[in-house]
Amino acid sequence: MNADSPTDQTARRDWMSALAKADPARLAALMPELPALEPLRPPEIGAVMVRGRVGATGAPFNLGEMTVTRCSVRLADGTVGHGYVQGRDQAHAMRAAALDALMQTDQAERLQTTVLDVLVAEADVARVQRAEKAAATKVDFFTMVRGEDA
Amino acid sequence: MYVAVKGGERAIDNAHAWLAEERRGDPGVAELGVAQIREQLALAVNRVMAEGSLFDPDLAALAIKQARGDLIEAVFLIRAYRTTLPRLGASNPVDTGAMAVDRRVSATFKDLPGGQILGPTFDYTHRLLDFKLAAEAAVPEAATAPALAGPVPHVTGFLNRDGLIEGAERSDATPPDLTREPMELPADRALRLQAITRGDEGFVLSMAYSTQRGYGRTHAFVGELRIGRVAVEMDIPELGFAIEIGEVELTECETVNQFKGSKTEPPQFTRGYGLVFGQSERKAIAMSLVDRALRWKELGEDDTGAPAQDEEFVLMHCDNIQATGFLEHIKLPHYVDFQSELELVRRLRAEAMAVQEAAE
Repeated sequence: MNADSPTDQTARRDWMSALAKADPARLAALMPELPALEPLRPPEIGAVMVRGRVGATGAPFNLGEMTVTRCSVRLADGTVGHGYVQGRDQAHAMRAAALDALMQTDQAERLQTTVLDVLVAEADVARVQRAEKAAATKVDFFTMVRGEDA
Repeated sequence: MYVAVKGGERAIDNAHAWLAEERRGDPGVAELGVAQIREQLALAVNRVMAEGSLFDPDLAALAIKQARGDLIEAVFLIRAYRTTLPRLGASNPVDTGAMAVDRRVSATFKDLPGGQILGPTFDYTHRLLDFKLAAEAAVPEAATAPALAGPVPHVTGFLNRDGLIEGAERSDATPPDLTREPMELPADRALRLQAITRGDEGFVLSMAYSTQRGYGRTHAFVGELRIGRVAVEMDIPELGFAIEIGEVELTECETVNQFKGSKTEPPQFTRGYGLVFGQSERKAIAMSLVDRALRWKELGEDDTGAPAQDEEFVLMHCDNIQATGFLEHIKLPHYVDFQSELELVRRLRAEAMAVQEAAE
């Protein structure tokens, strides 16, 4: 795959983002076996400084950190994969890196269907469920009959 | 003067063993799991993440368990832990306009685009103890309605269209970071916001309350308060583009204040801003009031000498870990310090008595 082309870059961005936010146990259940790989950078737990903007749209400021674990691997055929995942689960980062590598091989189509599409669909369901609860708490104002109208 | 003194090791070990036992409490009562704290004491977890300045609900829940529910002690544990983590980078600024909102209310506009969404709020409850919670009972499912489409726009965005409110000019300047360099005063607004968002909720609340009572009066309306989840994006050096590395829950508050204008600015509304990890509504509102009060110089307002207008007072005292560290250290051995004080007082008393006797 040519990772430099904009379409491929968007696709890779999407799958890496889905893997970063995935529940580690769910990802492991969807993809129990790791391929043969060589760790280029073993899983490393670290912090990322999360930034906001002053007044939501202005200059950046440092809000606080979040935990992130990263990992890089190389498959037997030389394909390199990177994982950056939220939290401190090293197996999660390793699995994300392996999947990132595999998604650049001829296994991409199968893994897209069996792993990534499932993760994205489940995340969508969870998001919609919250949004539906929020929508039920939306206020419908109505005006009472006022004195001068009566 | 410090003198190394040995001894007390056995006492300390035994004290810690007893602490562990007390932490566990009555073994006849089921032990509290970290996941239970994370799920059922979520607002305590949020506070520890905000003041610990590290978004990781599992770690915050563990810290609360270890600290026996002492939230400042839990914040201390998180702050200590975060110093052990390598910094992998900084995120792109989060887009709170794209937030998946659980709650979004405005006290200034009744009928605003996107509507008033109450979310899971304590507001409008009667604050009567609910004894049903003392017994285990199934919780009825929350009602649902078709999800509202599209992102919810910021209130200040449509006030800004009419020029009625000051803008927040976009920039991509790298902000100062008080976890990397010591805080220097005067601080710019970005540094002040970093200090306040990790500041003690009680302190920030009291500062904000003092402005409402007239100490540095800035009459504020909550233009908008929103709580929800936003994606965190970071540029990945190995790739040369940004990916989402996770999602955080945030509370954002934008306050709107009257401003009668200055030499350079026409009368318009001005803004205070609060952004805090987790569902931390009281803190976010307080933060935006204190932010606005600290902007008096930039807006050409009078310095009334109020504590909330005093940048040094606010920023140097809002951190509860610095505060508790300095406060609590005075309980640790100061035998030699005190010995010298004792000798000084004895000498002064002897001198004073000698003068008195001579006078008689």
